[in-house]
Amino acid sequence: MDSAKRLGRRLLPQFIALALILMLIWMVFPAFFSLAIQNGRLYGSLIDVLNRGAPVALLAVGMTVVIATKGIDLSVGAVMAICGAVAAASSVRGDPLVLTLVLAIGTGLLCGLWNGFLVSVLNIQPIIATLVLMVAGRGIAQLVTEGAILTFNDPGLIFIGSGAFAALPMPVIIWFVFGIAVAVLVRRTALSLLIESIGINRRASTLSGIRTPVLLMAAYMLSGLCAALAGLIVTADIRGADANNAGLWLELDAILAVVVGGTSLLGGRFSIIASLVGAMIIQAVNTGILLSGFPPEFNLIIKAAIIVIILVIQSPKIETAMTFFTARTKGVDKAEQQTR
Amino acid sequence: MQNSPNNILVASGVVKTFPGAIALNAVDFSLRRGEVHALLGENGAGKSTLIKCMTGAYRKDSGGLALDGVEIDPRDTLDAQKLGIGTVYQEVNLLGNLSVAENIFLGRQPRRFGLIQTAEMNRRASALLDQYGIHINVASALESYSVAIQQVVAIARAVDLSGKVLILDEPTASLDAQEVEMLFRIVRGLKEKGLGIVFITHFLEQVYDLSDRITVLRNGRLVGTRDTVSLPRRELVTMMLGHELLAVEKEPRQTGSEAGPVRFRFSNYGKAGSIKPFDLEVRKGEVVGIAGLLGSGRTETAELLFGIEKADSGTAEIAGVPANLSSPRAAIANRFGFCPEDRKTDGIIGDLSVRENIALALQARQGWARPLSQAEQVALADHYIKALDIRTSDREKPIRLLSGGNQQKAILARWLATNPEFLILDEPTRGIDVGAHAEIIRLIEDLCAKGLSLVVISSELEELVAYSSRILVLRDRAHVAELNGAEITTDNIVNAIAASSVNKGAA
Repeated sequence: MDSAKRLGRRLLPQFIALALILMLIWMVFPAFFSLAIQNGRLYGSLIDVLNRGAPVALLAVGMTVVIATKGIDLSVGAVMAICGAVAAASSVRGDPLVLTLVLAIGTGLLCGLWNGFLVSVLNIQPIIATLVLMVAGRGIAQLVTEGAILTFNDPGLIFIGSGAFAALPMPVIIWFVFGIAVAVLVRRTALSLLIESIGINRRASTLSGIRTPVLLMAAYMLSGLCAALAGLIVTADIRGADANNAGLWLELDAILAVVVGGTSLLGGRFSIIASLVGAMIIQAVNTGILLSGFPPEFNLIIKAAIIVIILVIQSPKIETAMTFFTARTKGVDKAEQQTR
Repeated sequence: MQNSPNNILVASGVVKTFPGAIALNAVDFSLRRGEVHALLGENGAGKSTLIKCMTGAYRKDSGGLALDGVEIDPRDTLDAQKLGIGTVYQEVNLLGNLSVAENIFLGRQPRRFGLIQTAEMNRRASALLDQYGIHINVASALESYSVAIQQVVAIARAVDLSGKVLILDEPTASLDAQEVEMLFRIVRGLKEKGLGIVFITHFLEQVYDLSDRITVLRNGRLVGTRDTVSLPRRELVTMMLGHELLAVEKEPRQTGSEAGPVRFRFSNYGKAGSIKPFDLEVRKGEVVGIAGLLGSGRTETAELLFGIEKADSGTAEIAGVPANLSSPRAAIANRFGFCPEDRKTDGIIGDLSVRENIALALQARQGWARPLSQAEQVALADHYIKALDIRTSDREKPIRLLSGGNQQKAILARWLATNPEFLILDEPTRGIDVGAHAEIIRLIEDLCAKGLSLVVISSELEELVAYSSRILVLRDRAHVAELNGAEITTDNIVNAIAASSVNKGAA
């Protein structure tokens, strides 16, 4: 009860931002909230937001944990491309679906292991360590696809990208179930405490007996796993592996989702649920701009402006200023104490 | 004496306060022309604060500062430099990737038509360094030379820029004996030229080797300024460690050295380059104190015992069985605990709550899959907040908002929650107000009575004498003496520190 209340308070700014953006879209595009069922499947712009937002939502799950350890993972977009390529190549070879999935997910975990090794064992700064795979990853993906766009038509693999279950598109189900599962796992075990502790003070955490290298490695492997799932979805959706464009720039959207979700890039306290809401905010902005019929040239600028506004509203300075206005007398007391 | 025409820099009644602490309390300091003046004191004594007030890095709150009899108030280090006060810091703050000549003339390169005249600059840099007896290729990158040469370049730059007062902040910390000799030769040369030189170091030999006068600070106050030749080493150590040292006598404890069998035995334990091999035996219910000046290997000893650094010689045994202490985690598995000297960087997890900080070590030992429930954590935190009297408005308050003493108690609670058998406390009372100070000492005695084995490192000698059943004295990264029973007095500790220092000087 108490913790539910705390979670609610933590997520309030993100939900307000999401609601405002949905309202804004609804004003320029009144049909936004309308849903229809065809062939036992839900259709509508809202479902579209949930569906299109799947890759970033999945990446944001892993990114949140990595950022909580005071790290960052720039390689997730490239890892998506590698895993997509591995899945497509496997499918083209005629492997059974299970093997294809195992190969793709195993590749993601391996990429995460590499990043984690660089960061936790060799002590390389995360931004540089993951930059290696960000740059090299697309090359690796091209080697796997041999420079071509590998197309496949295994209905099982395609189902992951465009199938539906219980009237909802598969990608929505995957990110939702996976995101909640990871959030629950982290909160119900001591992982959240240990991860936050590492992010705030790595040396003191090690001195307290925390297995810092193992946990760091696990965080980057989770990020790799998330990238593998996102890569599978993107690849399955277009029924082919595009080494050059799959997941391009999505690492930046994932970082943005985490930041919009209110997790500090300095590490420490984190919330996976908030990052998922952040991912939906970003996707709602993307979809909204398309629906509103603005000339596409403006899209990126409008998106940037909206993000800046969201971040400014969340900034600690603004928060302090707001309390100054809402509780003026209290604020004055504090200021007086400081000058004394 | 304050107004003697021979004085080049005079600071009088300098006061500097930081939020919650008085760093300098009415400190007087005078520097004569052509003298080397050593500024001494333990960590936190106020040496660097005084230096920073003189070089403009800090603005003093009150007090006067006069250079050549003229009142000055440097706004920043650049201002001080222009006035004639140059500083060389322990870590050379020059640019390693630029050439030696560029470093010396950085920001004031000789120019013609706005273009730098590299040849002219190199010629002048060579000439300048020749005066110091250093003949090197000034066009090479600074980082291609040894730290000693870099120090000399830094000194050359500072003297060339300023030329009246030179402040050397631990210039010899990372130099070998030969390099120190070269540096001293240069410093003596500058002294001949009439510069006033302030010299900060932790090496007492070097103080006696080089300095003409000594000023000692302690806890932000001036202890005294003396002529080096008339100040015996022993008295200097007493000045540094506490001028009101009472000859505290040891009251016999029932947990004396003959109490139980040895539980923790480290034999020939050491690590090359960190601390020379030492023997240490700790019985159940015994406090072993470790005394020594800063840099004598106190913290290195603690880090070795707790597995932060791996020993490369010797063995560790617990109750006669060889123990693996290769990492903090391995040490914790053997029921060790360690309260570090630097609470902020090594101890607290600042943004986590007091509750989480207390539960952390126990949780880490249990592993991630077996979380302590919220209720268990709350019970644990409440128990220790009460038992150790940790003053906090709320157990959910981030620990960084607590005072130093309460942070220290919370870290102690973190280890007590793991039910340890061997606790290492590194400077448990540093930076703690007087009230909390007494409480921590009482806690140490309680823990000892409960049968824990403790190793306590402290520069507060009275404190060590009060609770230790044995005291090891360290000097120059080696264990040099052990005091037992009735031998444990502050006098004997000071003697042991100073005596070994004399021996070394003679050798």
